[in-house]
Amino acid sequence: MDLILGNAISWLFQPITAAYALAAIGIALHFGFTGLLNFGQAVFMAVGAYGFSISVKFFGLGFWPAVGVAVIASIAMAFLLGIPTLRLRSDYLAIVTIAAAEVFRFIVSTTSAQPVTGGPQGLNQYSDGFYAMNPIPVGHYKFWVWDFNQDDLFAIAVSWVVVVFFAILLAILIRSPWGRVIKGIREDEDAVRSLGKNVYSYKMQSLVVGGLMGTFAGILFVLPTSVQPGNYGTTLTFYIWTILLLGGASTVIGSIVGAMIFWSLLSLTGDLLSTGVDNGTITFLTQNQVGAIRFILVGVALMLLVIFRPQGIFGNKKELYFNA
Amino acid sequence: MPSQIAIGAAVPGCAKVDPILIADNVRRQFGGNVAVDVEHVEIPRGLITALIGPNGAGKTTFFNLLTGFDQPNSGDWTFDGVKLAGVPAFKVARMGMVRTFQLTKSLNMITVMENMRLGAQRQPGESLLRALIKPLWKRNEEEITARAAELLTRFKLDTKSDDFAASLSGGQRKLLEMARALMTQPRLVMLDEPMAGVNPALTQSLLEHIRGLKNEGMTVLFVEHDMHMVRNISDWVIVMAEGKIVAEGPPNEVMKNPAVIDAYLGAHHDTDLGTDKQAKGN
Ligand SMILES: Nc1ncnc2c1ncn2[C@@H]1O[C@H](COP(=O)(O)OP(=O)(O)O)[C@@H](O)[C@H]1O
Ligand SMILES: [Mg+2]
Repeated sequence: MDLILGNAISWLFQPITAAYALAAIGIALHFGFTGLLNFGQAVFMAVGAYGFSISVKFFGLGFWPAVGVAVIASIAMAFLLGIPTLRLRSDYLAIVTIAAAEVFRFIVSTTSAQPVTGGPQGLNQYSDGFYAMNPIPVGHYKFWVWDFNQDDLFAIAVSWVVVVFFAILLAILIRSPWGRVIKGIREDEDAVRSLGKNVYSYKMQSLVVGGLMGTFAGILFVLPTSVQPGNYGTTLTFYIWTILLLGGASTVIGSIVGAMIFWSLLSLTGDLLSTGVDNGTITFLTQNQVGAIRFILVGVALMLLVIFRPQGIFGNKKELYFNA
Repeated sequence: MPSQIAIGAAVPGCAKVDPILIADNVRRQFGGNVAVDVEHVEIPRGLITALIGPNGAGKTTFFNLLTGFDQPNSGDWTFDGVKLAGVPAFKVARMGMVRTFQLTKSLNMITVMENMRLGAQRQPGESLLRALIKPLWKRNEEEITARAAELLTRFKLDTKSDDFAASLSGGQRKLLEMARALMTQPRLVMLDEPMAGVNPALTQSLLEHIRGLKNEGMTVLFVEHDMHMVRNISDWVIVMAEGKIVAEGPPNEVMKNPAVIDAYLGAHHDTDLGTDKQAKGN
């Protein structure tokens, strides 16, 4: 039992959780504050993951130049998606982002791209430069039921520093006059235009900044693991939206707590169900079905949330988006 | 009086002594329907001009075209001598030509005060990078807030300052939209049915506000169905029907013009131009 609990609690601070939180903060800016429907946050994460890992593996760049390549690629991606769509109705961005994410995933996973992207196998072992910066002495660090090595701890620490950095950045931005324009655009872009603001430019800025958050999330996501093309499908975007709505779309903290709850709950339900199956208390499920059933439970939880607390956990009831 | 505004007789499209806005051959078609077809019109500077006409006459569409919210099939117009055709809406507003909307566009999920601040121009904190450094825009923000508070008081919205705009009544939203437009410090204010939905108790003070704008040197062009308001505050009246300018003149003379009576009777027989009855518009 301690193990199950310890496992669930560890998901509160895993680098993966941090990565999802950061990606969700990106769409909080897009959707919660600007009203942009980005249904392709997975593509910005993939740009981060592949931009970084290809730079290291294929071009032999160091850690920081590789991050720089990912950043430039992310900005280019935002322009590519934004230029044709941001002058149009909001649904066009939704369609284009969702399609771009899928196209990107197909391209990187083709076998002909294998020498560069690793094709369907993806990429691994590009994190040496990252761990070389680790000041934590080599060893095993045990707390309660957990056992981390120096690299685990380093990845956790860096991930959350990056998340907190971007969370503070966004909090400052949305409280500034820039944020006021952004929120005005969310409410009614023609009104904002009539007050002399270049709405198209602001939407582009929002897309770029939120996309960059997705890209950094993508890098955090793969630093301790590997790059798998299958991870960047529509389900990734869907989970991030789930996290966003769970915490509250127009909040910053909501994305962080949303990611924590999402991953801990997944871990907890999964572990509890599979223990139940193992010791015979749950007879109507097989071990194979546990993986799927826990996502069903999360889906049900999200539906209940949208019904009973549509503004999310941290959202202000007055700033509500399911009011259509 | 008319001799001081128009050059020569007050005929449709007549030249003005001191025009601020001049439009030529502005035409907008929706499919086969010609919504606006204005051969020539001039708006006199520093005065209050009413644009009237039956529903569907093309008044709102004309506003949209002039302010860059819609593109005409053809036409040219200048504001203070600057050509505006093809200029995007936000640049038109920056030049000092600001408009309100017939269907109020209050920004509901932000506060009344933030709505007002959004109207301010040249706030350096609206740039992405400078937004991060508060000292670069704090003083501007204080100046903007003071100006906004003053306008809110004038429009009797000061007690609502920290409420979400969504909590205002329809009439209060109209007032907020107008006050917010004034935050841009415009030279020409274009109001699309400013009185529609405003509590009758407020209409008198709204009239005073509009007169006040003129006293501050602004030019006002407004669309209105309330003939009482038109006669009360306008210096000049321009009448549109079926996309064209059909009459112009000082308020009392225009109301007697057969072309105007025709235009109105053609659309709704129940509108009595002589009384203060309000025609419902959309
Ligand atoms: N977006 C549009 N698409 C098609 N027809 C339109 C559109 N906007 C206005 N119209 C038509 O143009 C004409 C003028 O409308 P409008 O400018 O709203 O008139 P007014 O403001 O004088 O009542 C009407 O016949 C209206 O149906
Ligand atoms: Mg109209």
